[in-house]
Amino acid sequence: MGKKILIVGEIQGGALRKTSLEVLSAGRAVAEKSSGSVDAALVGSGIDAPARKLAAHGVAVKQVDGSAYASYSPETYAEALTQLVRQQGYDVVLFADTSMGKDVAPRVATRLDAGLVTDVVQLDLAEDGNLRVVHPIFTGKVNAEFLLRNKAIQVLSLRPHTYPAATEDGSAAAVEKVEIGVEKQPRAVVKEVVAASGGTIELTEADVIVAGGRSLKSEENFKVLFDLADVLGAAVGASRAAVDAGYQPHSQQVGQTGKVVNPTLYFACGISGAIQHLVGMRTSKVIVAINKDANAPIFQNADYGIVGDLFEVVPLLTGEFKTLLGRE
Amino acid sequence: MKIGVLIKQVPDTETKIRIGPDATDIVREGIKYVMNPYDEYAVEQALQVKSQVGGDSSVTVVSLGPARVVETLRTALAMGADRAVHVKDDAFEAQDSMSTARALAAALRSESFDLVFAGKMAIDDNASTVPIAVADMLDVACVNTIHSFELSGDHNQVTVRRRIDGGEEVVQCALPALLSCEKGLNEPRYASLTGIMKAKKKPVDEKSAADLGLGAEEIGSGGSGVQLTRLLPLPERGECKFVEGEPQEAARALVQLLRNEAKVI
Ligand SMILES: Cc1cc2nc3c(=O)[nH]c(=O)nc-3n(C[C@H](O)[C@H](O)[C@H](O)COP(=O)(O)OP(=O)(O)OC[C@H]3O[C@@H](n4cnc5c(N)ncnc54)[C@H](O)[C@@H]3O)c2cc1C
Ligand SMILES: Nc1ncnc2c1ncn2[C@@H]1O[C@H](COP(=O)(O)O)[C@@H](O)[C@H]1O
Repeated sequence: MGKKILIVGEIQGGALRKTSLEVLSAGRAVAEKSSGSVDAALVGSGIDAPARKLAAHGVAVKQVDGSAYASYSPETYAEALTQLVRQQGYDVVLFADTSMGKDVAPRVATRLDAGLVTDVVQLDLAEDGNLRVVHPIFTGKVNAEFLLRNKAIQVLSLRPHTYPAATEDGSAAAVEKVEIGVEKQPRAVVKEVVAASGGTIELTEADVIVAGGRSLKSEENFKVLFDLADVLGAAVGASRAAVDAGYQPHSQQVGQTGKVVNPTLYFACGISGAIQHLVGMRTSKVIVAINKDANAPIFQNADYGIVGDLFEVVPLLTGEFKTLLGRE
Repeated sequence: MKIGVLIKQVPDTETKIRIGPDATDIVREGIKYVMNPYDEYAVEQALQVKSQVGGDSSVTVVSLGPARVVETLRTALAMGADRAVHVKDDAFEAQDSMSTARALAAALRSESFDLVFAGKMAIDDNASTVPIAVADMLDVACVNTIHSFELSGDHNQVTVRRRIDGGEEVVQCALPALLSCEKGLNEPRYASLTGIMKAKKKPVDEKSAADLGLGAEEIGSGGSGVQLTRLLPLPERGECKFVEGEPQEAARALVQLLRNEAKVI
């Protein structure tokens, strides 16, 4: 039986987030295997532009647009999505495991009495037609495989940067405005949103991350990493030792008590490779380590290594990349 | 004020995790169990609220799990909590986060807490699901992953901060509410010796599935939509390729490898 899949798009700063397109491609893969279908939902106020943008990727968009959704509230967003799923009879709801996805998916799953798995890194269809997923447990020390069964509806949130983003295919699909009223006022109200200091690229969405540790010795010295990051369009990350020392804000911390990141390329500069750091970055596709100490554990988890002083090596890399990428 | 805290017992963060012989559980022998680190922030915040509000305020810690969980409940009592509820039944085995949330919601319902704290994530199942699901089941407000907390003077409302992608939200919320706690919220206290002594005499109420009126279709594997099928080792990474030579040469060679071999640039 074909699965009727709803992917939930997300808007940040007025624009569609890239994670929405990753979820779209994951949803499509399952739809193809089950001869099912995929629609997208987008909730907000005055969101014609991102809705059209999403539809330009060939997916029909249900635009839930209204002043009730002008300010983000997990309560109203969850209620709107719950009603949409009921109205349209979706079997599977896919979120990105972003701060919004983490906040809304459990609410939607509860209201729909659905099966729920968060932070999914692999999504597949089992022989019996049920969804089969992989979700890292024990803070990434082991992977667990789960079967979703027993419930009429399944809700999943997918780890950012794990699935390729869908691309625009020129076949603009339909955007349908769906009226959904929310009767209850939210009990928790967002009074203010404060933009983070630190880099402008969200760590969990970055394709390339340049991370530094205690060895950077000061906030100013992180400039050497920001210079490399600028050339590569990368985000800058930090170990806990660097964050605790005040060199970078907590929003940039990678690891067990920071963020789990999953970029294509991760540079660990002067980071020893403690297990609590490794669990936050070891699913990166390619890891490069630069460390003075040839015996640093980070090298056991890296694909490429340079034994040397980061203050010497990193600027040289920046220069080489500038030349290669023609940014001089 | 009646304050509740959801605490889970988990393997210590330092534990080496090994997959067991039938690949459906980790090797449990020799594991040291502790309070989930994020739940320590939750207990600490609850104790701070209790002393701020005073009067006949009380802190009740609630945990679902097997017999060994009592140790963790005692730890919270030793930190200063007044009472513990142990939700315990063989029927809870092999259940998913939603079923756990249903059982915990049932345990909280009869208590009518004004404020409940939980951790943002259990470091064993990494679900980040239970607090929100419990709140939604109880139909109370919930703010997730808070790292700052302020109770209004009339004790009716809280103002909290939470990190979101790209920034931070300041959220105001009327009580009753459930708040999940993130690192940075506070510095959890250690249990004092007198605290440990006192904890021995504090009450721990046991609640079974039947006590909570939970049927087989709501809990255990029968109530669960998610079934663990097997544990998988992490994919192995190959040997590290050390790029040798003078720094300038090494930098050039690495850039070439990243472009031509790894094809990531
Ligand atoms: C419960 C718990 C949670 C934790 N959570 C996290 C977390 O989320 N994230 C995290 O990162 N850590 C976390 N930690 C801390 C972790 O255990 C390590 O202490 C931390 O990762 C070390 O940071 P570091 O690698 O920057 O510093 P160090 O371990 O001090 O390593 C510095 C490295 O830099 C190298 N070096 C020094 N100078 C240079 C130079 N000029 N050029 C090149 N190399 C140089 C050294 O050889 C060394 O390998 C946690 C710990 C605990 C107990
Ligand atoms: N078995 C349990 N008993 C009590 N509280 C729990 C239990 N499982 C989860 N929680 C609470 O929910 C939080 C998040 O857990 P999880 O959703 O499993 O990641 C934990 O930090 C606890 O506060």
